[in-house]
Amino acid sequence: MGRFEYFEHLADMGIIGWGASLAQAFEEAAKAMFNLMVEIDQVEPKQRISIRCQGGDREELFVEWLNALLTEADINGMVFSRFSVESLTGEELSGWVRGEGLDPERHHAKTEVKAATYSGLAVGEKGGEFYARCVVDL
Amino acid sequence: MELKKLKAEGKYEWVIPRQGEMRVPGKIFANQGLVEEMDEKVYEQISNVACLPGIQKFSLAMPDAHWGYGFPIGGVAAFDPTQGGVVSVGGVGFDVNCGVRTLHTGLDLEEVKPRLKELVDILFNIVPAGLGSRGKISLSSSQVEGVLTKGSQWVVELGYGEKEDLEFTEENGMVPGGDPGAVSQKALQRERRQVGTLGSGNHYLEVQWVEEIYEPSTAAKFGFKENMVVITIHCGSRALGHQVGTDYLRTLAEASRKYGIPIRERELVCAPVDSPEGRRYFSAVNCAINYAFANRQVITHLVREGLGKVFPQAEAKLLYDVGHNTCKVETHRIDGQERQVYVHRKGATRAFGPQRKELPRPYQGVGQPVIIGGTMGTSSYILVGTESGEEKAFASVCHGAGRRMSRKRAMRTWRGERLLDELKSQGIYIRGHSMSGLAEEAPLAYKDVSEVVEAIHNGGLARKVVKLKPIGCVKG
Repeated sequence: MGRFEYFEHLADMGIIGWGASLAQAFEEAAKAMFNLMVEIDQVEPKQRISIRCQGGDREELFVEWLNALLTEADINGMVFSRFSVESLTGEELSGWVRGEGLDPERHHAKTEVKAATYSGLAVGEKGGEFYARCVVDL
Repeated sequence: MELKKLKAEGKYEWVIPRQGEMRVPGKIFANQGLVEEMDEKVYEQISNVACLPGIQKFSLAMPDAHWGYGFPIGGVAAFDPTQGGVVSVGGVGFDVNCGVRTLHTGLDLEEVKPRLKELVDILFNIVPAGLGSRGKISLSSSQVEGVLTKGSQWVVELGYGEKEDLEFTEENGMVPGGDPGAVSQKALQRERRQVGTLGSGNHYLEVQWVEEIYEPSTAAKFGFKENMVVITIHCGSRALGHQVGTDYLRTLAEASRKYGIPIRERELVCAPVDSPEGRRYFSAVNCAINYAFANRQVITHLVREGLGKVFPQAEAKLLYDVGHNTCKVETHRIDGQERQVYVHRKGATRAFGPQRKELPRPYQGVGQPVIIGGTMGTSSYILVGTESGEEKAFASVCHGAGRRMSRKRAMRTWRGERLLDELKSQGIYIRGHSMSGLAEEAPLAYKDVSEVVEAIHNGGLARKVVKLKPIGCVKG
């Protein structure tokens, strides 16, 4: 089972996704990020959007994945609660997300995330679990 | 930060001696207490920036410095393109030209107090803020181009504000060299109805009054009188700016590899100023700078509307508008020569001295007003730029108090609702779009702004002019 958590950063916030695979770690980190913006439990997975991105290595790819989600959410006026990384190679990712139009009241809007950054960035394996982490700029 | 690694030069300057691949020494402007409180990461980041090609004189950090993205927040560095100088995403940040502007109202504290709640409520309703907020202004694609190339000038032409506002905005509200072609389609799509929106996080609209005047002659030139009420706006370039940062993070990561730039931290991705990638990034930054100017200009217009509803006699005149996440081409005296350099200020404010020709006419011979934002419960300050600050720090000072407690800890420590009540009992009326967001912004989560400003004043980077106290605040 995957899970997500946060780590301390003075000005902004660190997010970590854990999972049985790298793909799941990426998905969990995405949940961590959207949970800073809204209560993701309140977001219904009504609409699906495909995501595709590239990066020079898997760390870069992780940041690209998160930033692609922020971009799609903003362009479509949506927030997401379900995340799926279908294929993940060293340099390319494809997957989808599900969510619905942002309703600040029902979703308990919190803060905007400006971007996922290279700060505190790491992707790897520890004790048989995969993790993906970075600081997001608030 | 450990003091033994630093060389003290007087009480307010701390040098990181040049070592290893550092091309220049590092320097921190702060008192001993603030340096001791600083994260070790700041030391590391100042040293890493000092290794970048073309850096001039010093890699600098302001007294509010903390761990940032490649550059410390509160970091300043100037690069000479003729010496392989670079532009870096870390030196500008994701919220390009996030900044502050202060508006005089001409009103007195006693006039405002009885109708404060009404004023703050109107501002809360009139200026869109919070997650995903959109305004009423829908720009056609040619209008977006106008904003990106002409900034405040363009929105003033559309009727948002007055010509006079431009004179009192850094760069007259418009930097040249913004090519909309350098801004991605995604960034343009994200722009949708965001001109004139505040955003969230630490962005705010604050009603403040002049509590103390330190330098009466300068205060008078800046239009301040004791007990006078002003309104300060803090916000940036919204999603368009964030997307520019995001897009070029990847582009410059590739460029760093392509040009073999030795970067010690991934976040320091950069490109030579004089390269296709560097030129394109700088052009996109200029577009985002213009967007942020336009954003604050439209908000100014909305604030005037709101203010006029409560106080029809108010005359909202702009004191000044200054950005604190920027990269600018400026002329500075280096090794006895006037040279053009690319000055990065990440969480730092420009503070031109009295002789700079860029200043608005009324401030020539006086110096640039510098706005240092505190927290919703403490104070803010107006300073004035000095010649010694130009010499010491490429005319730069801090931008705020700087955090001392993480958002995570702040959220565990305070509840938004309780905080509102506490501040209310101190006579400060707050409206926020998010209760958890308010807790994160608790005044005690920040360093003591007065101590930070003292370090700037005593260190000779700028001089204190007035102290402002908040009485009302709208938080994004």
